[in-house]
Amino acid sequence: MDGLSVDIRKGETFALVGESGSGKSTVARMAVGLLPVTSGTVTIDGVSMTDVKDSAARQALRKRIQMIFQDPYASLNPRWKVSRIIAEPIHAFGLLKGEAVEARVGELLTLVGLHPDDGKKFPHEFSGGQRQRIAIARALASSAEFIVCDEPTSALDVSVQAQILNLMRDLQKEFGLTYLFISHNLAVVRHMADRIGVMYLGRLVEVSDSKAMFRAPRHPYTRMLLDAVPDLGMTGRQRQMVAGEIPNPINPPSGCTFHPRCPLANERCKREAPAMIDGVACHAVEEGRTGA
Amino acid sequence: MSEPVISVRNLRVEFATRRGILRAIDGVSFDIARGEVLGVVGESGAGKSVTGAAIIGLIEPPGRIAGGEILLHGQRIDNLPPDAMRRIRGRKIAMIFQDPLTSLNPLYRVGEQLIETIRTHTDLSARAARDRAIGLLSEVGIPAPEKRIDGYPHEFSGGMRQRVVIALALSAEPDFIVADEPTTALDVSVQAQIIALIKRLCAERGTAVMLVTHDMGVIAETADRVAVMYAGRVAEIGPVRDVVKHPLHPYAKGLMGAIPTLEAESERLLQIPGSMPRLTRIPPGCAFNPRCSHVFDRCHVDKPEPIEPDAATAARENLMPGHLVACHLYTAKTGGTP
Repeated sequence: MDGLSVDIRKGETFALVGESGSGKSTVARMAVGLLPVTSGTVTIDGVSMTDVKDSAARQALRKRIQMIFQDPYASLNPRWKVSRIIAEPIHAFGLLKGEAVEARVGELLTLVGLHPDDGKKFPHEFSGGQRQRIAIARALASSAEFIVCDEPTSALDVSVQAQILNLMRDLQKEFGLTYLFISHNLAVVRHMADRIGVMYLGRLVEVSDSKAMFRAPRHPYTRMLLDAVPDLGMTGRQRQMVAGEIPNPINPPSGCTFHPRCPLANERCKREAPAMIDGVACHAVEEGRTGA
Repeated sequence: MSEPVISVRNLRVEFATRRGILRAIDGVSFDIARGEVLGVVGESGAGKSVTGAAIIGLIEPPGRIAGGEILLHGQRIDNLPPDAMRRIRGRKIAMIFQDPLTSLNPLYRVGEQLIETIRTHTDLSARAARDRAIGLLSEVGIPAPEKRIDGYPHEFSGGMRQRVVIALALSAEPDFIVADEPTTALDVSVQAQIIALIKRLCAERGTAVMLVTHDMGVIAETADRVAVMYAGRVAEIGPVRDVVKHPLHPYAKGLMGAIPTLEAESERLLQIPGSMPRLTRIPPGCAFNPRCSHVFDRCHVDKPEPIEPDAATAARENLMPGHLVACHLYTAKTGGTP
């Protein structure tokens, strides 16, 4: 991760896309405080999450931030009943007491399309999609406003994925939720996101409005990614061949880290890392050498 | 269509468990011709991988092939003794798995593994086998193959490893390859390269391929025909463009509508209520009936077989021949309209 700056606006879905090793999940973990940042800050509503001195303010922020993980089999404690799992944030932040907790859990289960009685069961009694619904109910339990979703549907079958994506959109509309949505699936991202950041080797290479990015991708890497996706609508399409693979982040290339795979790379790209200008970090775009 | 390379006839696979016999595959039939890629899609538990395993003879107890036939060039291979099957596997039929690391031995150089496989199935000398291995690595697009042949699997990236696995599968020049989720573990940019590679090699060598994946996008780009599986049966099978653009089976329709695409802008995805039934609880009649919005009486009692839809539907949807669907909506006029 290197010099990443991004602002996420209230009520929007900001998606981070990129291939494995690009640093998407690292950003997600830093945003919720699961990983320490080496330098720089994570600020929510003007309050720094990374400033240790302000621990009271940070605690108040914690309950507004929740995370949904990729693997609904690993993120729910198998020895706890579902009601206890969902109630955990309520107890942790001391939001409700006694019978009110039970009522709230029932309400949350209904909200995500399960039955209040499902709280009496254990996670293993549910399918993958249902478990992801439980994880969503838990994330909503503390009335979180900002939810970090790290590949929330990539472990699910497509028909179940559609159910979860629809549910996430419905909840966003109802509660004005803000999502940081991490995914490698561009079609899913296009469906969910208002704005998209494309990552490559720990850097953002392009940030733009979702529609604009799919209509006219600007960074050569974004173009390559979009071109590589096998898509239902493109039966028989001739694709532009993509060269190479993402390099090892321990020893990234010099200058612009994409230059060894980039058709537009020149000497400057090998030397100098491009700055983010107007939503895209690329010398070729900056110099108008894109040929488009 | 010319004589099929592989022909599966009414295949049934069962697993004996404490709670009784589970039927994982229940009457699956299809043919794959020379140079043809048959895509097999479906969600987890549909029986895609079990079908692949049955063809290459890798169903292990408590599982067994309980009925039907598997024919390779017209010869039955499902009832061969293990020794005979082992000679066919590798020589005539090869397999590409999802995770390239499970197919490669981490303790041996890539070249040793290739050469061993080549020499097991042919009578080439060690030197000739090495040349052949280098040729294969170069054919699957590994740069500097004469150097890389002496590398260990961990020295290759994920995409390069999958190329090695493909080279390994091709080493005995099989007539038929089962590729089970060959690109699922790979990044999109690499996935595209591997798909193109499999497609090119099949076309050049005339290898028949059964491509098992849950990714409709991969199927749309790679396969000639596609079979949509649901709960151990083929729900719909036909030319890929036809099935993707004009799915007939309510499940296939739901599946296509549930997939977000790069092209279409939609507020909501189509969603099919519920999920695939467990093998212990497959409903009688059509297994899709509890999730189907067109369900009628017959669906609860009568298992639909894949057949060509009636002429009126075929004309209305402008269907290509060989597009079969297993749904009573298209067999009886007693139900609703799709």
